[in-house]
Amino acid sequence: MNARGAVRVEFTPEQLAEVRRLQGLYPDRRAALLPVLQLAQEAFGHISLEAEEYVAGLFDLSPAHVHEVVTFYTLFFREPKGRHVISVCHNLTCHLLGAQQVLAHLKERLGVEVGGTTPDGRVTLLGVECLCACEMAPMLQVDDRYEGNLTREKVDWILEGLA
Amino acid sequence: MAEKILTRNFHLPGSHTLVLYRETGGYAGLEKAFAMKPAEITEEVKKSNLRGLGGAGFPTGVKWGFLPQGHPGPVYLVINADEGEPGTFKDRYLLERDPHALIEGMIISAYAIGAHLAFVYIRGEYVQPWRIFGRAVAEAYEAGLLGKNIRGSGFDLDVIVHRGAGAYICGEETGLISSLEGKKGWPKLKPPFPAIRGAFGAPTIVNNVETICHVPHIMNRGAAWFAGLGTKSQGGTRMYSVSGHVTRPGVYELPVSATLRSLIYEHAGGIPGGRRLKAVVPGGSSAVLLTADEIDVTLDVDGLKNAGTMAGSAGVIVMDETVSIPEALMVVARFYAHESCGQCTPCRESTGWIYKMARRIVEGKGRKEDLDTILDVARRGAGTTICAFFDGAVGPYISYIEKFRHEFEALIRK
Ligand SMILES: Cc1cc2nc3c(=O)[nH]c(=O)nc-3n(C[C@H](O)[C@H](O)[C@H](O)COP(=O)(O)O)c2cc1C
Ligand code: SF4
Ligand code: FES
Repeated sequence: MNARGAVRVEFTPEQLAEVRRLQGLYPDRRAALLPVLQLAQEAFGHISLEAEEYVAGLFDLSPAHVHEVVTFYTLFFREPKGRHVISVCHNLTCHLLGAQQVLAHLKERLGVEVGGTTPDGRVTLLGVECLCACEMAPMLQVDDRYEGNLTREKVDWILEGLA
Repeated sequence: MAEKILTRNFHLPGSHTLVLYRETGGYAGLEKAFAMKPAEITEEVKKSNLRGLGGAGFPTGVKWGFLPQGHPGPVYLVINADEGEPGTFKDRYLLERDPHALIEGMIISAYAIGAHLAFVYIRGEYVQPWRIFGRAVAEAYEAGLLGKNIRGSGFDLDVIVHRGAGAYICGEETGLISSLEGKKGWPKLKPPFPAIRGAFGAPTIVNNVETICHVPHIMNRGAAWFAGLGTKSQGGTRMYSVSGHVTRPGVYELPVSATLRSLIYEHAGGIPGGRRLKAVVPGGSSAVLLTADEIDVTLDVDGLKNAGTMAGSAGVIVMDETVSIPEALMVVARFYAHESCGQCTPCRESTGWIYKMARRIVEGKGRKEDLDTILDVARRGAGTTICAFFDGAVGPYISYIEKFRHEFEALIRK
């Protein structure tokens, strides 16, 4: 990080070695674009236009191609996100079993709308399509983890665990 | 109680480890397969009546048979673990609780089709399943079950585990291939089918996780045994994902000849609170809706097809009498509007219009002509698009309205 808290858009030598390993894995090195973008998001927090251009350079691809790919997928963030991301499933089964109440409770507790990030940068709240864990509806994903059978108490407990 | 095959180890601690998989008979199917010629394996899979469990229900052995004979370049096997069809969660269980079944199935299938490189495309949100499956792949490499000269057979296979980045359409096989190649997940017009021209331009077989997990058992116990478990046109058991208003939501493995009623009332424990059933989505959200008196049907591909719907991904969503069908349609329509890849005009435009109309009906601002407009727009677009996504949306659009028109009209009149 530089003085202004912005992450420099450049991989470390270790990360570059991983990029080369990924590019060598596939029959066509361009197939490593998604994994490398995943790496970029981990390293830089989100994928800015600058990051798109940087990654494009690593593949000899046009920045426009990388932009097209980044904007196609929901798991790539183009703006800074919170330290934690809570994605509430609002598809059919979760809707039937109370996703709207879960979302309302989270909006109230966090003081943000869906798509928003708390002012302290702690949590980004999203509504998402079926996470394919409908047996535990209503459910959400918090960072890497699925949490289901949600109640107000369980949602509060999840929030307490987030630094 | 019918025998469990794919889920038999799910309850055992350590079911995801190679040690346990071996102790419970794992990798015996591979030994048998290596003693056979590749073409004999494909023949055996044909005879087993195994049908693809990802959604389309296509006979697996027949698909393998479409590969060009004596192709000079590489051939690839791609496992579809992009599970995204609303109401479906079985592949997640397989990846987490029996990853070696998938690996063994992949080795046998790759050997049968002559592939030396296989890809497993796992949806990006499945972080835990990806970690567990990735560890199993590492274990398999260490044990000489992947890599060069697998168990002295002379057969080589490498596996690349590839993660998606959030897009339902990447579950469609040609969209998946585009995504695997590092592009946005736009489906392609077929033909050519992937078996002729797929990943990286090479002949490619795309199969669902559950489909491939069946293959070791077919090797082990024979095609006749597998075919005998099912109906005349579909062999084996299948994992049904049951969710919504049932007492025990979860995954149930049953012979495909079981009925929807028994799945809901016997296995999943029926509707809680003594409430009545209103409707059931039998095969993932893209399936035509069934009403409460249409559930005496068998769950095989042809049984549900004859009932005017589809087995699809076997995601069963149960709705009790308290559910508002217009609201359910709004939720489903939002999904299709969000997930259309935008490539075909009828799909891109209609999914958006229909969501808007469904929403205004639910909000009490519906217009009299809205229902017929939705039906008209849906019917006109059906069958005109590059991939089956839009046809999958048309099923719910039409059936929710036709089977529960009075509920929509009641909201519009108000
Ligand atoms: C819109 C759409 C989404 C699909 N999603 C999936 C999916 O998530 N998983 C899957 O296995 N198949 C999915 N399919 C079906 C695949 O295109 C393909 O038929 C399947 O992976 C083939 O495997 P199988 O023959 O073993 O079923 C989808 C199809 C469409 C049209
Ligand atoms: S039907 Fe829809 S999802 Fe499929 S290719 Fe066309 S626009 Fe994309
Ligand atoms: S509907 Fe929420 S996980 Fe499937």
